[in-house]
Amino acid sequence: MGKWTRRAFITTAVTAGGVVVFGVAIRRGDRSDQVAGLVGSDGDALFDVWLKISPDNTLTAIVPHAEMGQGVHTSLAMMLADELDANWSQVRIEEAPCHKEYANYALARGFSIGDADFPSWLIDSVDGLFFRASQVMALQLTGGSTSVRTTGQIAMRVTGAAARAVLLQAAADEWQVDLEEVYARDSMIYHDASGRDATFAHFAPAAATLPLPNKPVLKTSGQFRIMGTSPQRRDVPAKIDGTARFGIDTTLPGMKYAAVRAAPVFGGRVASIDNASVQDMPGVRKVIDLGDAVAVVADGYWQARQALEQLAVEFDDGGYGDREQGDIFRQFAADLDESAAQHEEHTDFSSGDAERSLAAADQIVAAEYRVPYLAHATMEPMNCTAWVHDGKCELWLGTQNPLEFAKSAGKAIGLSASNVTVYNQYLGGGFGRRAFSDIAVQAARVAAEVHYPVKLIWSREEDMRHDFYRQASISRFRAGLDATGKPVAWHNHYVNKHEPAEAPHIPYGIDAQLIVYTDSDSHVPWGYWRSVDHSLHAFFTESFIDELAIAAGQDPYTYRRELLANAPRFRAVLDMAAEKAGWGDTVAENFGRGIAVHRSFGSIVAQVADVEIVDGKAIARRVVCVVDPGYAIHPDGLIAQMESGIAYGLTAALYGEISIRRGAVAQSNFHDYKILRIDEAPAIETYIVNGGGPLGGAGEPGTPPIAPAFTNAIYDATGIRIRTLPVSQYDLRPGNLQDQDVA
Amino acid sequence: MAIRTPSSLAARRRLQYRNHRYLTGRNTIITLSINGTSYAVEVDPTTPLLWVIRDSVGLTGTKFGCGIARCGACTVHLNGSPIRSCVTPASAAVGQQITTIEGVNNGRPGLHPVQQAWIDEQVPQCGYCQSGQIMSAAALLERNSTPSDADIDLAMAGNICRCGAYPRIRKGIKRAAGAINALRDQAQADG
Repeated sequence: MGKWTRRAFITTAVTAGGVVVFGVAIRRGDRSDQVAGLVGSDGDALFDVWLKISPDNTLTAIVPHAEMGQGVHTSLAMMLADELDANWSQVRIEEAPCHKEYANYALARGFSIGDADFPSWLIDSVDGLFFRASQVMALQLTGGSTSVRTTGQIAMRVTGAAARAVLLQAAADEWQVDLEEVYARDSMIYHDASGRDATFAHFAPAAATLPLPNKPVLKTSGQFRIMGTSPQRRDVPAKIDGTARFGIDTTLPGMKYAAVRAAPVFGGRVASIDNASVQDMPGVRKVIDLGDAVAVVADGYWQARQALEQLAVEFDDGGYGDREQGDIFRQFAADLDESAAQHEEHTDFSSGDAERSLAAADQIVAAEYRVPYLAHATMEPMNCTAWVHDGKCELWLGTQNPLEFAKSAGKAIGLSASNVTVYNQYLGGGFGRRAFSDIAVQAARVAAEVHYPVKLIWSREEDMRHDFYRQASISRFRAGLDATGKPVAWHNHYVNKHEPAEAPHIPYGIDAQLIVYTDSDSHVPWGYWRSVDHSLHAFFTESFIDELAIAAGQDPYTYRRELLANAPRFRAVLDMAAEKAGWGDTVAENFGRGIAVHRSFGSIVAQVADVEIVDGKAIARRVVCVVDPGYAIHPDGLIAQMESGIAYGLTAALYGEISIRRGAVAQSNFHDYKILRIDEAPAIETYIVNGGGPLGGAGEPGTPPIAPAFTNAIYDATGIRIRTLPVSQYDLRPGNLQDQDVA
Repeated sequence: MAIRTPSSLAARRRLQYRNHRYLTGRNTIITLSINGTSYAVEVDPTTPLLWVIRDSVGLTGTKFGCGIARCGACTVHLNGSPIRSCVTPASAAVGQQITTIEGVNNGRPGLHPVQQAWIDEQVPQCGYCQSGQIMSAAALLERNSTPSDADIDLAMAGNICRCGAYPRIRKGIKRAAGAINALRDQAQADG
């Protein structure tokens, strides 16, 4: 799969004979400066950014998102090709260069206002206007499970449909026949009455001169020929023979290597460096004081690493050197207590009168849950190759947010973003980590000190200790049940709200609800972590609803089901999960079965986990997963994302724990930050429900339900309610832990 | 239960200690045989083989993941056996046959059955760990062409996949095993 550099993008489009690019690149001048003026004007539409037609009838889809394993290049190209009635085997895929023209406003909006469902005004805006707004926002993110449901649904499909419309018009014009009599199929245009046919490429030059329709008609799902099928992903072949280029594989002439160590305590600074301690080491070229970190540049990476090990450097602790993980949780708890006592909580969601309903309830159930900080631990450690020369900065790395990286890296070394070029490579895992530009800033600052390209690679230890972490949290619940066990009041108070806003909300029909939160800052950097706030709140809410079912003496599945009477899509997903898992069947000795359902990023996912307790350890043996994303564009890709999300969430539930010791992260590598391995991985069965409605995401929604499904299964097997993660800290043998006392 | 790679921390500390005290950084020309080709490289012979393969020889299919033999991303074959190149000094590979992902099919045309199975089962996601996964799987099938689930667990538990492609890795190994056995049966029938 090729990529265009920004320069190549312009060059190719201007010079390549016979190639028709429906896009900005064929226009003269730098249009990005004029982007603001485009909003609201009509004239040429912007969807044509995304398609190139070559004389050999090859179609190239230009995809404005990073490929980090989610298969998005393939899915987005499928959406364009289907609307175009293209021949899939003749479709090529390129990742768009880092450029404002590819900005993605919908993602930012989705994050900033936290839409539970995709906003209806957006679905209707297929006339291209939306893209003008997105360009102004200057964002080109990959995250929030938005690629397919925003760029795909609105840009790629509209592009394909509009291009097909002008191709058909060009054919009708040339053949002097009615537009209604020509049709497209497999990258050809046909006129049956006269027996004529010709390629898309034949009509492309004429089509490019026609006005593009503002509202091309999109197909209905029954008309899809490519969407809804599972062609092989285009990025796979390069990933099985070592030829896929990740950021860390960047090699440039004259390139040197850098190793870096940041102050271990967040907020700490370099206190002293003794350059003499490494000056005689072979290959060492320069020691650079970055203020909050020290870098060693050497001819080889291992030389840089060895010198960094040897370097005498001292850091201060930024005033946080006495902070322990226990202090942070004590602070959270105290802030919850204090804000509750003073009635100073922020209201997250409110309906009815929860306190009054609690007071009137027959039974009160209360519980407190805790989750630790989590690192992303992408397989590819953070790295960036930077070259600063001639007033410009070039960066090679895998990023979920190239435009922001260019801006931040440029700012750090006194260059405008327009003088910074980001060459996005394959991402060796993203999960939100590669939306943060710290590595690009650091690499640019190192490269600004030398006159050659530098490849900066973090050690795994550096990667683990200088992440942006999924927050630790405490969440407290009180619920009131009536005489039949039905919940009539739901009260939830937790620390630190991030996003998406709806993450703590429940789908259950409980009349009186009050969800509140309290801010409680820590010095630990926060970051987007696969599914973001959903990763913790699904554990909290789906554990607590399980506790309510148990308190009511009812089955956890049917209890949920009754409360979903007004949420038919949730109920359908839950029902199918229970049915496929054999809910209600007897499980084997030492086994337990747990269920959970949660909606995130527009997709509803239910999971049933079967857990075996072996020597006091819980092992997930089987997970049944049902997902309703509205419509699955690439079913096998969606299934792969469910499998991936489950492994990621199960790793966190079982092992995930970043803890603070003397102000710094205590963990350092995979021996003390364990990752689920193949011998611990459950068999997974995934079923898809095409429930209709707006498209949901794929990359994240598989993660949130697995932790509660897993711990609910542990309760079923042992009677032990896990209220504090991770699970691996407990010995679950009978008698070792008191029933229900784990918190 | 899986057998983990024995804790390499102690070994690594010993190596670092030795490096610092006696050997650090003294470059020598050593010759390595990688994928059947001989490479003379000038390096500190204590440099982990991983960095010599990637940076001195330029074969970047082998990946850096942890540096302490805990993730398997750097797996290559040494005389056909899987090793973690991030903790193997280059000097230890002198005179041995090194195989990387770029040479996993031993010079035969086309793809190794494991690679083909990886496409057929659409195993990779981000793909970063997959060179190591494929090297471990190929070594397993070389010595056991009918692996059970337990055999797969044993052979593959040293390779982390952060994307969680484990169900497909398992399916891929079984598919590749089937292809290898079919080829062998065919060869016997023909021969």
